[in-house]
Amino acid sequence: MKLLRNIVDSIRPHFGKGGKFAKFHRSFEAFDTFLFVQGNVTRRGSHIRDAIDMKRTMFFVIIALVPTLLFGMWNVGYQHYMAIGADVSFIDQIVYGLIKVLPIVVVSYASGLAVEFLFAELRDHEVNEGFLVSGMLIPLVLPVTTPLWMVAVATIFAVIIGKEVFGGTGMNILNPALLARAFLFFAYPAYMSGEVWISGTAEQLDGISGATSLAVLASNEGHMLPSLFDMFIGTIPGSIGETSTLAIILGASILVATGVGSLRIMLSVVAGGLFMGGVFNLFAVNDFMAVPAYYHLVMGGFAFGAVYMATDPVTASQTGIGKYIYGVMIGVITVLIRVVNPAYPEGMMLAILFMNVFAPLIDHYVVQSNIKRRLRRPVKAQVTI
Amino acid sequence: MSDTNNMPLKEPLFSAKNKKLLTDPLGKENPINVQVLGICSVLAITVQLKPSLVMALSVLVVMGTANVVISLLRNTIPPRIRIIVQLTVIASLVILVDQVLRAFLYDVSRQLSVFVGLIITNCIIMGRLEAFAMKSKPWPSFLDGIGNAVGYGWVLLAVAFFRELFGSGTLMGYQVVPNIFYEYGYVNNGLMILPPMALITIGIIIWVQRSRDKSLIDIS
Repeated sequence: MKLLRNIVDSIRPHFGKGGKFAKFHRSFEAFDTFLFVQGNVTRRGSHIRDAIDMKRTMFFVIIALVPTLLFGMWNVGYQHYMAIGADVSFIDQIVYGLIKVLPIVVVSYASGLAVEFLFAELRDHEVNEGFLVSGMLIPLVLPVTTPLWMVAVATIFAVIIGKEVFGGTGMNILNPALLARAFLFFAYPAYMSGEVWISGTAEQLDGISGATSLAVLASNEGHMLPSLFDMFIGTIPGSIGETSTLAIILGASILVATGVGSLRIMLSVVAGGLFMGGVFNLFAVNDFMAVPAYYHLVMGGFAFGAVYMATDPVTASQTGIGKYIYGVMIGVITVLIRVVNPAYPEGMMLAILFMNVFAPLIDHYVVQSNIKRRLRRPVKAQVTI
Repeated sequence: MSDTNNMPLKEPLFSAKNKKLLTDPLGKENPINVQVLGICSVLAITVQLKPSLVMALSVLVVMGTANVVISLLRNTIPPRIRIIVQLTVIASLVILVDQVLRAFLYDVSRQLSVFVGLIITNCIIMGRLEAFAMKSKPWPSFLDGIGNAVGYGWVLLAVAFFRELFGSGTLMGYQVVPNIFYEYGYVNNGLMILPPMALITIGIIIWVQRSRDKSLIDIS
């Protein structure tokens, strides 16, 4: 640690005023604070702060994402070797997954951070750390077969149009990671649905169905559905990080325990999904409507979206009651889109983006009603006295 | 052009004031980027360059002529029915343009479909007639019409250029993205063909323009 500190300090003058690389001092600052907590302290008056700044907060989310990432890597290898009928060891499966997943993660971070640094230098502000999480979320919501250049294009689009246009981290209306996925979904539909979920099977496809459970249901073939246990553990085809509800629950407990993710939102999304699923069960005219409501929680990106996407502190509702409304609406709309519109089997993405747009409106009315309620108070007090 | 007759001789045809009429709408008075008028047609017809070019030319013809006609009539139009008179003039010109397109460019005319007719309701034209031609002489009105139509046209063409290039890999209908790109896995961007991307492209143009010219940023 000491060594690292010394290295950073020794190159600092080059980035200061008049230094050789003075132009890049924003980038230098970003790396410095990435490695160490800032040494600047307030000089007068007292401020109560704990050591958690935004970079540390983001790290907790990254830690919470690790279970889904590891499971996703293994599942990529597992699905591949199962599809080609080879019986290989656990290590082989992990290695295959690593080779396929790691480049996507690297490309996502490289392209996104390049844009972040560019804008930080252009606008002369600190490099925002929001992308640390987005850069990890983007690979996890994509199919493993997505071409790398598409990952880069989508990431750049999402960071510029989703975030920098509005003024950078903390100003965005839409969740950048979901925007990247939505961009790919509409721009290159052939690469985001159909037989894209299992890596390396395009050549020997005979008789292999790589359909996700949602696609199975959308084509009204409920008997082809994997078992509930498989869907919960996650040994099914799907986007890299979304398949395992177990790993996601593990991550959710980390988020809730550290106070980073909002339990209110997670639970209300689940409640909304269960409610809408139950309503559809009443009119079960096809397999998608008849599937038990709790199946929706383990299929597709529902769990992943509820835990990591809906709880994004920037784009979610800020008020307590607002969070309940926001969460329930996400759950309801997700199941609604899934069941009613078979063209968009993955309703979670669209539902969250949709409610992102409405979050400020929800907050506005919650705050207004609170103000109204409190304005009425003194009148009552006078009467009672 | 007959409108030069009314010009007072002392003022040169392209005085500084008249030049401004022509150039302002290209940049800081742009009808689309700054006044945000006539957006519907930009969203609808900019999937390809060719229809956009035809549309831009049609608006140019209608706008230049309508401004001159209204300017010549401006002292005889009763104020109460001026909107109806303006609409009649625009509508007649649009029908003329539509007939010409059908006769000579039938394919493009079918692609543009209802949007040629909808030039009548293009807010830019009505706006210029009401704001400028009703109280100006024919020659400045003509310049103002041409300036605004070109301002509308270049945005239209810029948007269409990016949408056709990335959405279909072609320009003016000719393939420009080489086949070797496709062999290595390049795919046309399907989102570019959908209307939201036109909105985003205009947004980017506005963004770039305002960050270069800070005086355009309004606080409202």
